Amino acid sequence: MEFLVASAIGVLTAAGLYLVLRLRTFPVILGMSLLTYAVNVFLFASGRLTIGAAPVLRDGVEVYTDPLPQALVLTAIVISFGMTAVVVMIALGAFLGSDDDYVDDPGEDAKEAEGQP
Amino acid sequence: MTHWIIAPIILPALLAPFIVLAARYHISIQRVFSLVGVLALIVISAGLAWQVSDGSILFYRLSDWAAPFGIVLVGDRLSTMMVLLTSVLALFVLLYAIGSGWDNRGRHFHALFQFQLMGILGAFLTGDLFNLFVFFEVLLIASYGLMIHAGGNERLRAGVQYVLFNLIGSTLFLFALGSIYAETGTLNMADLAERVQLIGAEETVGIRVAAVLLLLVFAIKAALVPLHFWLPSSYAEAPAPVAALFAIMTKVGAYAIIRVYTMVFPPDVEVTAGLHDLWLLPAALVSLAIGMIGVLAAKKLDRLVAFSIIGSMGMVMVSIALFTPAGIAAALYYIVHSTLAGAALFLISDLVRTGRGNLELTPQPPMAGTALTAGLFFAGAIAMAGLPPLSGFLGKLMVLNASYDSDLMAWIWAVVLISSLISILGFARAGSVLFWKAHGAEAAEEADEPRITPAPTALSYVAVGGLIALLALHTVFAGQVHRYTTTMAEQLFAPDAYTTTVLTTPGKLSKPKEDH
Repeated sequence: MEFLVASAIGVLTAAGLYLVLRLRTFPVILGMSLLTYAVNVFLFASGRLTIGAAPVLRDGVEVYTDPLPQALVLTAIVISFGMTAVVVMIALGAFLGSDDDYVDDPGEDAKEAEGQP
Repeated sequence: MTHWIIAPIILPALLAPFIVLAARYHISIQRVFSLVGVLALIVISAGLAWQVSDGSILFYRLSDWAAPFGIVLVGDRLSTMMVLLTSVLALFVLLYAIGSGWDNRGRHFHALFQFQLMGILGAFLTGDLFNLFVFFEVLLIASYGLMIHAGGNERLRAGVQYVLFNLIGSTLFLFALGSIYAETGTLNMADLAERVQLIGAEETVGIRVAAVLLLLVFAIKAALVPLHFWLPSSYAEAPAPVAALFAIMTKVGAYAIIRVYTMVFPPDVEVTAGLHDLWLLPAALVSLAIGMIGVLAAKKLDRLVAFSIIGSMGMVMVSIALFTPAGIAAALYYIVHSTLAGAALFLISDLVRTGRGNLELTPQPPMAGTALTAGLFFAGAIAMAGLPPLSGFLGKLMVLNASYDSDLMAWIWAVVLISSLISILGFARAGSVLFWKAHGAEAAEEADEPRITPAPTALSYVAVGGLIALLALHTVFAGQVHRYTTTMAEQLFAPDAYTTTVLTTPGKLSKPKEDH
């Protein structure tokens, strides 16, 4: 199972990085979501992988899993949802305003061609 | 346990929703509440700074859960000084935003401003790495809103870059936290400090990766070369008061490096040996050089100021990377100076924009209120470039003095001195083009309609003048301030008081007395 989880994190991260480097807002946002999935799984695995163990203390239970990574992941998921919403809104605004979806600044030449200072 | 230490976080956190919900359509009520809130923050943080000035450590357990199980807030000399600096800066930025009407050019300026303060102050006060992440996110979310305040296409595009860069930074932060937790099983800084010491020399791979990842995250925040690309356009395109407030945000990165790398990963620990002198110091020198070259190369005043921020962060990081008490003390003195100087310069560039309508560094007819603006720019440029008599000069002397025993002393002196010269040239060029060549251009454009530009309001000048006055005070009381930052550095290099206060104060679920 360790191998599966580790390679899943690796593949997600690699795909996410590839998409982020595309430098157009839609792929970049998709890549960011893949990266956040990767980091969430990674955080979850940082408390060691155990199967079928409860994170909450209860009578008669012998094996526990670490509850803290679950709390961390929960917080991270909420934050990443919020961030994704924000970036989608801002990217949409920028796209509608300038009619292209590149992330980087237009060069000086492009600005002059559009007649901007 | 005093409850005052949580007040700087709670107060803006309560004010912001109140401003949104109750005073949504009344800009004057928003202004009053925002100002009163910031004034209260200054009083509270001055009180906190006074309380810890004798070396004691303020400590707060949320819901009384004992560390390392619960979340803790810790105030020592360093964090209370940063809190005080932030609230004082916030006051002048707010005065400028009100005076220039920037707060009325988009919605929810004051609410976002309060949330921003909450995030920054929380990041300074927290004693827990995960909470540092959470407060980073709070300050970032608010800064996204502030960054695109008042809209406009250029600003939105710069905003996209800013948001994405910081999102990647946040993801990296989570990866770092995950690896630290996997290696040590805790995220409380005091607890981490004890546990990292216990890691043997042969098991350092994981924790080394974590330490480097964490350094990368903080370097992104501090805009250290090669992770500085987000800064110039986002700071230049952000509304001026927002950019001035952002002057403290790069210092959050510097603060986090100082805090984590003196306490959790000190240089004498094997896992992080070589990290600061091998990697941090060269990166800092390169950022100093690139920042100051950018000052000389910039074609617009706002870019010029943004590059000078990178340069001054390079200066701060050079001093931090020395990792001696003298180096940290100099860095702390310079942090205060460069925050105030950077904020003042951003506000001054907005005064220029108000007067001229643009920030191109080309000769143009004189603007409204030239004399006063030129004077302020002169003072701000002197401070930023590090010429006597203002505090930038003293700060540089302290850094040079602190680097005297370093192996790389020749490099540090050369880069600091040459980059200072370059930045003086850059500022002199900008100042002469903006203010002195104006009269020559006047004759050429006499045929055109005389442009009518509004003069900046008196309150704007009060805000900028206040920042310059603070810089002057920072110079006059340099001796006292430097003595205080030296005690700060001593406290940082002897973190035992911090760790024992955090770990042994009893609370719910505190450790049983016997060994664990």
